[in-house]
Amino acid sequence: MTDLYQSQRAMRNMRRVAMQRGVIAILDIGTCKIACLILRFDGPSEFADDGVGPMAGQSSFRVIGAATTRSRGVRFGEISVMAETERAVRTAVQAAQKMANVRVDHVIACFSGAEPRSYGLAGEIDLEDSVVSEQDVARVLAACDMPNIGPGREVLHAQPVNFALDHRSGLGDPRGQIGNRLATDMHLLSVDGTVVQNILHCIQRCDLELAGLASSAYVSGIASLVEDEQELGSACIDMGGGTTGISIFIKKHMIYADSVRMGGDHVTSDISKGLMVPHAVAERIKTKHGGVVATGMDDREMIEVGGDSGDWEKDRRQISRTELIGIMRPRVEEILEEVRLRLDAAGFDHLPSQQIVLTGGGSQIPGLDGLASRILGQRVRLGRPLRVQGMPEAAKGAAFSSSIGLCLFATHPQDEWWDFEIPAERYPARSLKRVVKWFKDNW
Amino acid sequence: MQSMIPPRRALHAPAVRRDPAPSRWAYRMHRLWLTPMFRTGFRIGVPAVLFLGAVGLFLADAGRRDAIAGAVAGVRERFENRPEFTVSLVSVEGASPELADAVRQRLDLTLPLSSFAIDLVAARDRIQELDAVAQADLIVRSGGVLEVKITERVPVVLWRTDTGIEMLDATGHRVASLGARSDRPDLPIVAGDGADLATPEAMALIAAAQPIVPRLRGLVRVGDRRWDLVLDRNQRILLPAKNPIAAVERLIALDKAHDLLGRDVLAVDLRTHHRPVLRLAPDALNQRRQAQGIDISGSEL
Repeated sequence: MTDLYQSQRAMRNMRRVAMQRGVIAILDIGTCKIACLILRFDGPSEFADDGVGPMAGQSSFRVIGAATTRSRGVRFGEISVMAETERAVRTAVQAAQKMANVRVDHVIACFSGAEPRSYGLAGEIDLEDSVVSEQDVARVLAACDMPNIGPGREVLHAQPVNFALDHRSGLGDPRGQIGNRLATDMHLLSVDGTVVQNILHCIQRCDLELAGLASSAYVSGIASLVEDEQELGSACIDMGGGTTGISIFIKKHMIYADSVRMGGDHVTSDISKGLMVPHAVAERIKTKHGGVVATGMDDREMIEVGGDSGDWEKDRRQISRTELIGIMRPRVEEILEEVRLRLDAAGFDHLPSQQIVLTGGGSQIPGLDGLASRILGQRVRLGRPLRVQGMPEAAKGAAFSSSIGLCLFATHPQDEWWDFEIPAERYPARSLKRVVKWFKDNW
Repeated sequence: MQSMIPPRRALHAPAVRRDPAPSRWAYRMHRLWLTPMFRTGFRIGVPAVLFLGAVGLFLADAGRRDAIAGAVAGVRERFENRPEFTVSLVSVEGASPELADAVRQRLDLTLPLSSFAIDLVAARDRIQELDAVAQADLIVRSGGVLEVKITERVPVVLWRTDTGIEMLDATGHRVASLGARSDRPDLPIVAGDGADLATPEAMALIAAAQPIVPRLRGLVRVGDRRWDLVLDRNQRILLPAKNPIAAVERLIALDKAHDLLGRDVLAVDLRTHHRPVLRLAPDALNQRRQAQGIDISGSEL
């Protein structure tokens, strides 16, 4: 937690600069596709008259450029071939810039891999005077004991989710309130440092400045969970290409995030291996005919598999849809079982409301909600991301929930650890703030 | 039956799909092109530089420059020499015949001439150098007439100097020389160094001394500082440098009360304002001393 932690503050400043300039790019680096959106901030006043309030911040910007490209060189949501990924990012960014007809310099990125791990932190201090000040908030955040997150890991998110003052818990903003003891709960998400460094380097090579970094499980939760779900407790399952992200929200804060390193690509490779077809053909068959629940009708629906081998017998193969479902279902079940395990480990069954929302490109498999409700519990629904201004029709599906979540994240970022003040004790010995504090204490 | 010849596309086209990614330089150029400042510079700056460069190259040759200058000069000359702009007559108004001749001489124009070739301001300055001219207005009228309106200086006083008599106007400016005093008996006469510069004061003094004007022979400027009024019978009134008008008024009052100037007085000295001093003629002085019983036998006066 050195490099990334230092640069998080710089990224926040960069984001502020970009908001002032009015144009910012969103980059979703996934295993299947790389999506780039360009947002223009017009200020909230423009849409105020048509009855749309600043709901989740989505009324203050509009999407002026959108492009997706097939991802290259990304495995499990992590960059494995830097040059290939860089080319893919360039393709997406250039196409989006061309559509928007503006140049973007600042980009907010999200990625799904890097083995996110959640930690709950707690800190407690005695207040110096009875009123909570900014410095007290800083001190209570600094009082949280840092868990051992392991070597080579970085802090990606560190969000205070709760403040408690004496016996009163659940305070959003304790400043100015009166009490004796201030306590906080913090959620810390750590990721693999090298993956983050690779992404930073890749974006730097594309002449872009990184103005923020987020976990895609988190941002797709922001986009696809509705307000009461976020408030009462729910889990968002983002079924992507290489990974399946899990994020649990309660009281509008993310309290847990994890990812299963399996996704739609594994289903495709199962089909490819089972039917002995190229990867591209398997992908086409999956998206066109895929499913997880077989019926009698599916025995009669024959699918041309095709092939380019020159062997008539091989090139004229046909399979029934039931066979295809028979290949896909075990893998989808495996993914959902793994998700169930992670949710159980996180203590999801203790939440008051146990809504589960499936989103991401993988959630578009027909019949998935039925299968998921058998494995994950009764309260499962398919989630689509929030609607935002100017989004192309093709990019409104569940596959773009993390992109749209990133837009909302760019507009209204959750306060993180590094957005608060630094406690005066932590400043260097000759700092001016220390002098001010000394004078305050002694006069 | 399958063709034995492989399809042409398979030979030349690559088997994998072309990568749509832009090259690093294409990407950078695209971003540069989207930069507003660069774009403006390219769309305005580059044509401007090209245009200026072309003009510069064209004008780099001295022969071409001369040809362009010659063509412009020819057009200008043809335009200026059109008959509409020709001045063929000078009319001088408001001047005596002698002055009009002098003005014409001063103008020194070889008519007919294009009106563009006449420098009216310089011509006016030349005419105004004549002492007799107070102001000159030059207008080119339609029909090729250069009209010169002259306002002449009006002489109000004569100034007798060592070399002769000059006529001065009310501001003290010289108008002309005069051969003899008798040519203009109507004008008062002044003398002394710097009398011309103090002409307005002299005129005011003469106006104030209206009752004794028939006896006034002239004014003498003393030391370029103050005035003496010289009356007939060689009487002299010495006026102060400061506030001479009031002194003259007091003298007039004294004269009215005591017939001061009718007596045998050589000079009235008014230079100290609270004590006028009289200088009596010698006979008058002797008579007065005799009347007072003073022995005058040894006195020259």
